[in-house]
Amino acid sequence: MPVNRVVITGRGAVSPFGLGVETLLENVWAGRSAVCTMHEWSHIKGLKSLLAAPVPVFDPKKMLPRTVRRTMGLMALYATLAAQESIKDAALAEEQLVSGKTGVAIGSTTGSPTAYQDFYSRFLPDMAVEQIKSGEFFKMMGHSCAANVCLALGIKGEQWTPVSACTSAAQSIGLGYLMIQTGRQDVMLCGGADEVHPSVTGVFDLLRAASTRNDDPQHTPRPFDKDRDGVVCGGGGGILVLENFDVARKRGARIYGEILGFGNVNDSEHIANPHKDSMARAMTNAMQEAGLQPDEIDYVNAHATGTELGDRAEAAAINLAVNSDTPVSSFKGYIGHTLGAAGALELIILLEMLQRQEVVPTLNLEDADPECAVVNLVSSLKKHSMKTVLKNNFALGGVNAALAIRSMDS
Amino acid sequence: MMSDEELRRKVVEVLAEEFELDPDKMGPDATLYDDLGLDSLDAVDMVVVLEKTFKMKLTDEEALRSIRTMDDLFQFLLRLKSENKL
Repeated sequence: MPVNRVVITGRGAVSPFGLGVETLLENVWAGRSAVCTMHEWSHIKGLKSLLAAPVPVFDPKKMLPRTVRRTMGLMALYATLAAQESIKDAALAEEQLVSGKTGVAIGSTTGSPTAYQDFYSRFLPDMAVEQIKSGEFFKMMGHSCAANVCLALGIKGEQWTPVSACTSAAQSIGLGYLMIQTGRQDVMLCGGADEVHPSVTGVFDLLRAASTRNDDPQHTPRPFDKDRDGVVCGGGGGILVLENFDVARKRGARIYGEILGFGNVNDSEHIANPHKDSMARAMTNAMQEAGLQPDEIDYVNAHATGTELGDRAEAAAINLAVNSDTPVSSFKGYIGHTLGAAGALELIILLEMLQRQEVVPTLNLEDADPECAVVNLVSSLKKHSMKTVLKNNFALGGVNAALAIRSMDS
Repeated sequence: MMSDEELRRKVVEVLAEEFELDPDKMGPDATLYDDLGLDSLDAVDMVVVLEKTFKMKLTDEEALRSIRTMDDLFQFLLRLKSENKL
C-alpha cells in the first residue's frame, strides 16, 4: 500500500527557558543551563536531589480564557501554548484545524502532579471529596494535555495520548507519523508536556538516579561525562506540526524536515534498567523503515540523561547501530530531562541544527566516560554537514524509541 | 452578624474573583449562565466557593438548581441567613 510522506511544518515550545521556540533556541545556542537549586524542596524528608529545570512562572490569564484554563494543570497549559505557537508557525488555517482532518497526539508521564497533590491533600486527611473543585479531575486525567489542547483550539480530529513517561513525546510524534502515512489525518499536532514536581524528582531520587549536585546546579546533569551523577528533571511542553507532504507542498508551507522512519520497541528485560540491544534495535528499525544504511546517518541526538547505566548503554547501542565516528550529543545539560516533553523539545532543537548545519554539543561534557567515548561525543558547537539524523528517546518500562529525520534540502 | 448588603457584596466579591467576572456586570438581573457565561462545572465550583466563604453546607439541591439570576442567588442565601444557617 503506498503511504503518504510526512513532514514537519511547525514548532511550538514552552521550555525551562520560558515561552517560545526562539527563547529556547537562543539559550541553547548561547550554551546556557536552565537548571537551578530548588531550595523550597529542602523540607521534603528523604529527598536528596534538590535540582530541577522548571518553566519560569508566568501569568496565563491574558493568554487563554478562563473557560479553557480552568481544567488545565501546568502541563496542559504548556501543551496548549506550545500548540498555539506551532499552529501559528505552520500558518495553519482555521478551516484546517476544525476540518476533522487535523488531530493531536500529545502525551505526558501522568496527569498533573500538582493537581494530584491538590486533590489528595483534600481527599486523604478525612477521606472526603468536599471542597474539591470540578476542574481537578480534568487536570489529573492521563489525556489531560491532548483533551485540553483540542478543547482550547477547536480541533475535531483524532485525539491520541501515548503515555510512556520519557518517550511520551517521541511516541506521539511516531504515532502522528503513522496517522498521516496511512491517510487517517492530514495534519497532526504531536508532542508532549510535563511539569516539575518534587514527587517526580523523588521517583528518580529513590531509584538512585537523580543528581545531587545541589550546590552546583549549572553543571548538572552531565551526560556522558565521567563525573555525572544522575538526572535533573525539567518541565515544559513541545509540539510539532506533522503534515502530509502533498498537503504541505500544495499550500506552500515551510518544511523543517521529513520523518522517514520510526523505531519503537520494548526490551522486555527489566522495568528500569536500560538495554543496549533494544536501544540499537529501535535505531535499526527506524533506519530500515527509512531505507537508510548506518553510514548515511550524519548525527545522533542521544537521549542520554546523565546516568551511568543509561549513558553507557546508549553509547554502546549507537556504536552497534551506527558508525562510531557519527557525531553524538545530548541536550539534557541545557533543559534537564523534560520527561514527557523531551522528545518534542529536543526535536525542535535538532530541527534547528539541521537548518543551521551546526551540531549543538553536550553541555557539561568535560571529561568523557571512557565507556561512553566509544562514539564521537561532541563537546563544542561546530559546523557539520547533516542531511539525515536519528533522534533517540528511552523510558522506564523498557521503552526504546528512535526517529529518522531528513532535512528537506536534501 | 453580616447585613444583607454585606452579604450581597461578599457574594459578588468571591464569585467575581473565582470566575474572573466584572462586578459591575453582576447586578441582580444578571443571569448566571447567559449573561455571566457560567456553566454546569462552574455551578459546582460556585457551591464550593460559597460553602467555603460562609462556612456552611449547601444541601438543598432543588433550590440550587432553580437559581437563574444573581438575585435568585441572593434570595436563596438571604433565606438561609434568616434561618440562621448562614
